[in-house]
Amino acid sequence: MSDNEEDIIEGSDEEGEAMTASEVLQKLEEAWITERMSPTLEKHQSELVDCMLDQINQMSENLKRCKKYDFRLAIHKMEIDRIRYVLSSYLRVRLEKIERFAHHLLEKQTNLSNEDLSILSPQEAAYAKDYASSLEAHFQNLVLQHVPENLRTFDRGKMSVKPNLDSYVFLKVKQATPGVLLEDDTGEGRDEEVDFKEGSQYLMRYKPIMELLQSGAVTLI
Amino acid sequence: MLSEKALELIKELDRSKDGKLPAFNEDIIRKVLEEMNTLFQQNQRDVGEAAAGEIRYFPSIHLRHAALDRNKRCLLSYLYNRLERIRTMRWEFGSILPADIRANLCEPEIQWFNRYNKNLASYMRSLGEAGGLDLTQDTKPPKNLYVEVRCLRDYGEWEVEEGDTVVLQKDTTHYLPLAACHHLIRQGVLEQVE
Repeated sequence: MSDNEEDIIEGSDEEGEAMTASEVLQKLEEAWITERMSPTLEKHQSELVDCMLDQINQMSENLKRCKKYDFRLAIHKMEIDRIRYVLSSYLRVRLEKIERFAHHLLEKQTNLSNEDLSILSPQEAAYAKDYASSLEAHFQNLVLQHVPENLRTFDRGKMSVKPNLDSYVFLKVKQATPGVLLEDDTGEGRDEEVDFKEGSQYLMRYKPIMELLQSGAVTLI
Repeated sequence: MLSEKALELIKELDRSKDGKLPAFNEDIIRKVLEEMNTLFQQNQRDVGEAAAGEIRYFPSIHLRHAALDRNKRCLLSYLYNRLERIRTMRWEFGSILPADIRANLCEPEIQWFNRYNKNLASYMRSLGEAGGLDLTQDTKPPKNLYVEVRCLRDYGEWEVEEGDTVVLQKDTTHYLPLAACHHLIRQGVLEQVE
């Protein structure tokens, strides 16, 4: 398949690191699986998304120019469909999480010191703001206006939904990491230290491995 | 019993989980708000006396305050739950709601729906550089490029991408590319044959 890709695509590497189209797709698929399995919103990958969208558009253009060699045309169309599905699904999952955790995410966003640490892409941040304010306006309009004075405020702290960082996830270890500290949740002080061997798979709570996930030492499966 | 009416609202939503969205129950909401105002006024009266040092009013003030909080919580969750269902409908039906569902929404909910539409549309447009990506398509992984479809209604002539026209008469079957007839399937003109 990658031969056919190189065949029709002209100039596929646009980014500074010059990744090939298939590498971008690979990374996008990983991000897609992680996003679906994770209980919280992961960091945005808008460069991958933009790059892939560009690729799809380019491929569609090239296909239009090609003559009707049914076989190759059909295969490339299927590839485009598959990539578009992965992209759509990835962005949809993110939108769902943004809508569910809107207030919580916006609060985190305003407390950020550095733009690069943002989990939301700029478009997603704008979407989240508008969604949150439309919710508040709706509540205000229908209920809070008519309620006695001392209850009129929309208490954001109480109303926000926080992601459950203690939910269990399956993970696979990519880089061996000795001494991962697992805090005991029954509060009896039985903290465990586990050595992660490369290639092994675990089922555990999301919270202890959150940072390892971000550094790339483990992946969710 | 205090807060009974508010619980009715929640029960109404709970009963209709699988079916359609029930009509916006303005009546009960008004009654709940009335109850809240009455409780609040009663509390105001008693707080005056309690501040003067009469301890025996404290429990009733607390009770009324708890009932007020509960009412507010029920109302807000009723509204929020309805909004969630409306949002699901946007993803199912597209940006125009069928008339019978629209009849069950109150005016602010319709406005919220329009605003949500606009927000979603401008987000989808901003993806990538060339006009964006429609996220409401491609909800299932693509299996085949071509699908076998049967016509449910007379639709007349339909032109496929490559330039061939197909006559869509009732009960005829065709083998068409999925991308072309996807929205006809959603509208109900064509039906996929397994």
